[in-house]
Amino acid sequence: MGWIRFITTPPSTPKGVEKPVPESTVGVQYNTKWARSRPAKVAREVGVWGFMKPAIQIYGSPRVIGTDRLTDLEGPVVFAANHHSHADTSLLLATIPAHLRRNLSVAAGADYFFPNKVAGALSALFIGAIPIERQKLSKLSIENALEAIDSCNSLLIYPEGGRSPDGWSREHRPGAAFVAKKSGVPVVPTYIDGTGSILPKGKNWPSRSRCAVVFGSPMQSDESEDARAFAKRIESRVSELADEFSSGWWEARKKAHAGQTKDLNGPEAGAWRRRWALGPKPGAKANKPSWP
Amino acid sequence: MSKNRPNPRPGFVLEVDRQTPPILFHHGEGFRMEKLPVGRSRVIYPPEPLHGIKDPDAAIADALANPIDDDPLAELMKPGMKLTIAFDDISLPLPPMQRPDIRQRIIEQVLDLAAAGGVDDVHIIAALCLHRRMTENELRHAVGDRVYEAFAPYGQLYNHDAEDPEGMVILGTTKHDEIVQMSKRAAESDLVVYVNINLVSMDGGWKSTATGLSGYQGVRAHHNVKTMRHSKSFMDQDASELHRSNWRQGEVIKKSGPRIFQIETTVNTNAFGSDGPMSTLQKREWEWTARDRATFAGMQAGLKLMPSGAKHKAFHNWKAPYEMTSVQAGEVEAVHKKTTEMVYKQHMVPVEGQTDIVTMGLPYLSPYNVNSIMNPILVTVQGLGYFFNLYRGKPVVREGGVLIMSHPTPWEFHPVHHPSYIDFFEQVLADTTDPIEIEKKYEKQYAEDEWYRHLYRTSYAYHGVHPFYMWYWASHAMEYLGGVIVVGGDPKAVRRLGFKPATTLNDALEMASDVVGPAPTLTHIHNPPIFMADVQ
Repeated sequence: MGWIRFITTPPSTPKGVEKPVPESTVGVQYNTKWARSRPAKVAREVGVWGFMKPAIQIYGSPRVIGTDRLTDLEGPVVFAANHHSHADTSLLLATIPAHLRRNLSVAAGADYFFPNKVAGALSALFIGAIPIERQKLSKLSIENALEAIDSCNSLLIYPEGGRSPDGWSREHRPGAAFVAKKSGVPVVPTYIDGTGSILPKGKNWPSRSRCAVVFGSPMQSDESEDARAFAKRIESRVSELADEFSSGWWEARKKAHAGQTKDLNGPEAGAWRRRWALGPKPGAKANKPSWP
Repeated sequence: MSKNRPNPRPGFVLEVDRQTPPILFHHGEGFRMEKLPVGRSRVIYPPEPLHGIKDPDAAIADALANPIDDDPLAELMKPGMKLTIAFDDISLPLPPMQRPDIRQRIIEQVLDLAAAGGVDDVHIIAALCLHRRMTENELRHAVGDRVYEAFAPYGQLYNHDAEDPEGMVILGTTKHDEIVQMSKRAAESDLVVYVNINLVSMDGGWKSTATGLSGYQGVRAHHNVKTMRHSKSFMDQDASELHRSNWRQGEVIKKSGPRIFQIETTVNTNAFGSDGPMSTLQKREWEWTARDRATFAGMQAGLKLMPSGAKHKAFHNWKAPYEMTSVQAGEVEAVHKKTTEMVYKQHMVPVEGQTDIVTMGLPYLSPYNVNSIMNPILVTVQGLGYFFNLYRGKPVVREGGVLIMSHPTPWEFHPVHHPSYIDFFEQVLADTTDPIEIEKKYEKQYAEDEWYRHLYRTSYAYHGVHPFYMWYWASHAMEYLGGVIVVGGDPKAVRRLGFKPATTLNDALEMASDVVGPAPTLTHIHNPPIFMADVQ
């Protein structure tokens, strides 16, 4: 019994000595390299075909626009999309053309998706998540992203840094633009519509509603622009795609050239006015008079 | 686009010897493998597909920004102007290409420049002349969903209507008294941007606007027996009366018509892909691997078992992975010169001398039966009109020689697409097969028939006069050859065409020797993929 106790009980640290802190293997330090192996990719494809595609079809009946703009791409690329819901990742994994999806990693909040090893492993395996710190542009996050691209993986990044709290988009952070500039790969601006009604922030169970995804033409950064300027350009392009979805391609192009495309960030106003400006949710029932 | 393919090899002429394996013959919606006579046969193989441009969108943008002998397109776009974009119809390319179609890529960029220039009045026209109207799906395939949805519902994207009495104008006549007719909308535009796909050297240039946007009065100037017989061949611009006539009409358009900004593209010959089951069809037979052989055997067995409807669907659903090899924009003639160079670079195969017989396997598709039926008249035009004319210098077969083509040639017509073909076959060919007599006796009646006109304008029918033009296109070969034999064709239909039916190639060779003498020499045209013989 004495030997067992000896083996299982860690020794106490002398008082005058600083206790060594073990290196963290969760959060942004979680190593996802194994999730880019062939068996993991096969498992992910099974998940996409067996779960995500049917689920998104049942709950969202998505309309997919612009996949023809991706035919020339061989990868890797960075997909930069607006973000309303956890359903966004399922929607994109179900709709990105197979030749790009098979080698795709998803930049996911390290605090949310990698809080412990089990959650991290599941995130890495089923959505190809790699950990990114959402609050700052950290060296480790960038290294994780570049490592994924170096291993010929495309990357899906939500440059807003998290799901929309109120249905409007938020200003793009420069992470996606920085990674694309640093690695020299093109960015595919992507607009997602309607997923906020399927699984909005704060809800745990989806409801049925129509959704759509619009892929834009690949963008390369100019030598002269920095990551912030490139991020701004990507944000504008996503707004143009939103306009293309709502008013048609030709009208959207005319507005874009005239500088009249509305941004997706909504009015700078109080919370209720922002909600008001969004208009009724798609499919919402109009109030019926109770009398007569 | 070009995924690590080895460098393409040029076309060449194979002398058939004892070691030569059976040669692939296309045979409508099927294939035949034929052993050719040893020591007196040769096979012309097409050049392998050239590499496509890696970034076609960037190449298009560059062509529009740096046109040949013209101002950058962006500078021509002005607020308040009338812009018409015309594009080649369903007959190009063959087979239809995988999405995104080149026309979509170009039209989107042109429209983007128009949007930047504040142009509101834009019309987009499928320049189909007297061809059948394109369906919604076909238009969507050509211009893409974005463009279709932005313009078609508002009546700004439509098929050209050459019989609209209010919609056509006469621009003038050439010094040879050829009438130049054009769509009124195009003629009254400040700028016409023509978007072309060049599959063969006959396409493009002034033919795009002078023919594509024209009507019966305009095209009858060159779509006639005399012009066709003086085009030797119409794929060789220097020897083509058809080309010269279109160029004369182009002169009138330059003088009295709208400003034309021509955008021409060339594609490689990657009709069946460099991998996948169909890729076997563009490999040389002795290079077929075990996998290719197994695929081909499987395909043959499958085709035997398939009902004809399913077989037809399987072939017509095929979309070619063509890649764009060049794009040039600007002044029509300067642009077309460069386009022709690129077409010749892909197509030309030097060939020494002529032979007594030419053989060819005709595939399931011609320019006029996309999503349709290859009726006996289209079989004729494919063999005697197109394949025979794919030469520069002189034909691969000597004058008085025999043409042997392989095709099932069913007595079958698409009632919606080809109504006047049915009557042409039943009435006109039952009377005579002589092109001159046909032209004189029957053309006017069919061209001006109200019912055919109605079907052309409101349904999806080729114009009443179209089967005549098909016959005229074959008239040079008919005059030149000593005989035409169809292997594996419906004997009744073949005889109606004025040709001889044969069950096997050996039978056909026996029959041919009655015309050209014993132990004749033979050239097989291994087409498709398409090529052009440069006969010395």
